[in-house]
Amino acid sequence: MAAAAKAESAWETVIGLEIHAQLATRSKIFSSAATAFGAPPNAQANLVDLGYPGVLPVLNGEAVRMAVIFGLAIGARIAPRSVFARKNYFYPDLPKGYQISQYELPIVAGGHIDIVLDDGSARRIAVTRAHLEEDAGKSLHEGLPGLTGIDLNRAGTPLVEIVSEPDMRSAKEAVAYMKKVHTLVRYLGICDGNMQEGSFRCDANVSVRLRGAEKFGTRAEIKNINSFRFVEKAINFEVARQVELLESGGKVVQETRLYDPDKGETRSMRSKEEANDYRYFPDPDLLPVELDEAYVRSVAAQLPELPDQKAQRFVTQYELSGYDAQVLTASAELADYYETAVRAYGGSPKLAANWVGGDLAAFLNRDGLEIAASRVSADALAGLLRRIGDNTISGKIAKDVFEAMWDSQQAADPIIEAKGLRQITDDGPIEQAIAAVMIANPAQLADYRAGKDKLFGFFVGQVMKATQGKANPKRLNDLLKQKLHG
Amino acid sequence: MSLSRRDIDNIAHLARLALSEAEIPVYIDSLSRIIGLVGELDNAATAGVEPMSHPLAGQKQRLRADSVADSDQHELYQRNAPQVMAGLYLVPKVIE
Amino acid sequence: MHSETVAGLIAGLRARKYSATELAQGLLERIQRAQPELNAFISIEAEAALAAAAAADRALASGSAPPLTGVPIAHKDIFCATDSRTTCGSKMLANFISPYDATVVARLRAAGAVVLGKTNMDEFAMGSSNETSYFGPVRNPWDRTRVPGGSSGGSAAAVAARLVPAATATDTGGSIRQPAALCGVTGIKPTYGRVSRYGIVAFASSLDQAGIIARTAEDAAILLRSMAGFDERDSTSVDAAVPDYVAGLERPLNGLRIGLLKEFFDQGLDPAVEACLRSGLEVLRNQGATLREVSLPNLPLSVPTYYVVAPAECSSNLARFDGVRFGHRCEDPRDLKDLYERSRGEGFGAEVKRRIMTGTYVLSAGYYDAYYLKAQRVRQLIASDFARAFGEVDVLIGPTTPTTAFEIGAKMNDPVTMYLNDIYTIGANLAGLPAISIPCGFVTGLPVGLQIVGAHFAEERILNVAHRYQRETDWHERAPEAYR
Repeated sequence: MAAAAKAESAWETVIGLEIHAQLATRSKIFSSAATAFGAPPNAQANLVDLGYPGVLPVLNGEAVRMAVIFGLAIGARIAPRSVFARKNYFYPDLPKGYQISQYELPIVAGGHIDIVLDDGSARRIAVTRAHLEEDAGKSLHEGLPGLTGIDLNRAGTPLVEIVSEPDMRSAKEAVAYMKKVHTLVRYLGICDGNMQEGSFRCDANVSVRLRGAEKFGTRAEIKNINSFRFVEKAINFEVARQVELLESGGKVVQETRLYDPDKGETRSMRSKEEANDYRYFPDPDLLPVELDEAYVRSVAAQLPELPDQKAQRFVTQYELSGYDAQVLTASAELADYYETAVRAYGGSPKLAANWVGGDLAAFLNRDGLEIAASRVSADALAGLLRRIGDNTISGKIAKDVFEAMWDSQQAADPIIEAKGLRQITDDGPIEQAIAAVMIANPAQLADYRAGKDKLFGFFVGQVMKATQGKANPKRLNDLLKQKLHG
Repeated sequence: MSLSRRDIDNIAHLARLALSEAEIPVYIDSLSRIIGLVGELDNAATAGVEPMSHPLAGQKQRLRADSVADSDQHELYQRNAPQVMAGLYLVPKVIE
Repeated sequence: MHSETVAGLIAGLRARKYSATELAQGLLERIQRAQPELNAFISIEAEAALAAAAAADRALASGSAPPLTGVPIAHKDIFCATDSRTTCGSKMLANFISPYDATVVARLRAAGAVVLGKTNMDEFAMGSSNETSYFGPVRNPWDRTRVPGGSSGGSAAAVAARLVPAATATDTGGSIRQPAALCGVTGIKPTYGRVSRYGIVAFASSLDQAGIIARTAEDAAILLRSMAGFDERDSTSVDAAVPDYVAGLERPLNGLRIGLLKEFFDQGLDPAVEACLRSGLEVLRNQGATLREVSLPNLPLSVPTYYVVAPAECSSNLARFDGVRFGHRCEDPRDLKDLYERSRGEGFGAEVKRRIMTGTYVLSAGYYDAYYLKAQRVRQLIASDFARAFGEVDVLIGPTTPTTAFEIGAKMNDPVTMYLNDIYTIGANLAGLPAISIPCGFVTGLPVGLQIVGAHFAEERILNVAHRYQRETDWHERAPEAYR
């Protein structure tokens, strides 16, 4: 895209994200209805969720604990006193005509998230605040001509809204930040991270300004993006749209936009345009949430090893690169898998890292499986690594063994034995194969001896072929050099 | 203090209230009077005074245990609903 | 039977002087007879009442009957209850059947009370005359051309006309005390948080409080004991033990320090009303109480403060009435906006719309600080004034209303004049204090109320003072001629 290229040069992108993470509580934030996904319409909407006359909210302590542990994990301040406020607007998925949220006094303030980009560079993104609020219901339009159906099962599900500073400068940074937050909330066990079900989604505030300008440009807010891929695409589209607009003498309007994944574009949301006077005021049905130091300490004691801490430990303990450590700590489950494999194997942690981050990740990705559902267990992978380490098989053969393990869910050893894949390390059979190849290719031999060094590779290939790839590569190399030189 | 027609239109819109033409001048007049009454608050010296949201000082929010205590009652709850289908509340089409 | 107090009925039922069924039948007949004249009820639930009375009789026969077994009462139609419709005096909820019971309703039922019906009220409790009800105005039993006060006008009129010995009510700015005063009965608004708000259709959440209208302070004490107490479903409910209010009623008044609210006697008080009040104070002084004048300098700002805070909260509380899940829905909405605007425009009456609009205005961008936040600060000043006063005195006494009952229609054209009726009652709501109104005389045949305000959770004390007053006077025993 021409505009995107231009954006690269003259324009700077400024992005802030508001991430909504559904908290993994059993019951809703202000009612005792279940939060499970996929119930029949309105089966999980109780009187409080429906906003029936006379009913009142009572705050779920677990939602508070989850918000606090998140705040502690990002180095934020936990407010000793926070207040719920009503955000007033009319929408059919908002039963009371107001959303209970936090406005002036959120439960979590400040903090930061460190991200590492693909090129290894690191950035720190500041978090403005994180507050508790209730989710809205869902509007369904399909199969109802001229009508919209309202399902309020989701209404009242606890959310923590994590608001970043406008610190990101590219779609890639935004994705890295969102992924990092996603990793963190799952480490903390406070959100299942299921983006298809809407458990983790974001609004992106996007603006552009001329490089070097101090003032931010006018921003557009892209609502409700529920995949990492869409975040990147939506932001890139929006940046290009704004740059084109500005370069053709137009103006960016502050508005709410929606990303359409089918068309790959953002469009203005007319329905939200006028709803901009929310008349926030403290909710008189709820009292201030007061958290003392003892409470905050008790939550801090529950903090698990966090992704950054784990990655740092992997670098020192396993002598891995920062990049490898990041990859392996992307989820607590993956990191546990890796550590189990290393322990069972007992050999090179780097080799284990290459396999977990390489072939295993590729197979999981290909089959769309989570690490917990891997068809090769950490112990089984350790068995394979042992055979590479003790030279029973080469790295190349190991790839075939791994695929067989994946398909059959057998251990490495029986596969190696059954297929006769054990590496040839004795000189005798390798020398025999070399001799046979030399006899079969006199012309090439002559050329090589006349100085055409490049033909060495040809001979390696021929001998490997003759040994069905089982020759120990290092031994083969040494012996072949001797023989060719005669 | 006098409110304008525009003020009333804006308030009625925010509050989603349909007002008839006959009602509008009545509300312009009565709301202007109420806002006039309320204007007496200007006389109070409130510098440094904390706004009071709750009548009892020192009360704090109680936290509920995270337990589920409801079963599916949507049929009972929807008996009061003007229009439902297949468990859904129905409204005229919402355009996003 | 109909002129018996709750205390008397409890004794009579247990002594088998009459059965709960006879009692319910007798009162239901009175209610039916008075309904065309007074319009005190929105729903009369004869069938459910008689079933409950029969059950009460069985419980009484079994000997294990809870304290209020067989006592007939009525609920203000703001309390959600499953066995009748709950209209809140509005077209919006004219056909609304609550799928659940308010905590107050459940507690009184568990205590054995028999509910005869739901009483009329100003629409969504917004009014001081009961003229804003969609179901028509209630008439004052002392003079049917006059208002009974509001918003709990139906409960006050029903008790005054001896249709029920007691009725529940709610008070956001005086809605229990003002109609109690204008109808010559006793009405108590407890401390905010004392009685659960769960199941009360909300008007202004930080001010609403449920209480009782009865004929005597003793009856109010008996019923309040069964209603009050912590409720985990209301975050603003206070987790504190409920004293036995009846046990404290007889405490002598020796040494009681009474504060006379200077500001109340200053502001537009009818001299004849003041005279009743002064003689009432003498009754208390004769029992050993001391009087002193107390000034609450910010109290005159309570009306403007209230008319910011209450409408602001109401504008948000009433947003849920949108024609989607319950309540009135307009015919053939063109689109969503039309559905909202016409359902709400048609479902709400003029005063409710006025308050929603006032509240929307004071919260809207550009006005929030000047009105809402300012009012919240003044509210703090008023509460501090009261707190200071209770450092010096045990109770504050003043009039409940500036005048006796006015004529129906007299104040409907000017909301501000109407709002000024609440001038003496609003302060207790803003500060969350308990207050009671008791009859203290008559001016040209119309009752006058005396208001006693206590410190937080001092219900026991104000009931005690009211009871000792009623031991020495008979104003509370007077009945309107047509309803003796």
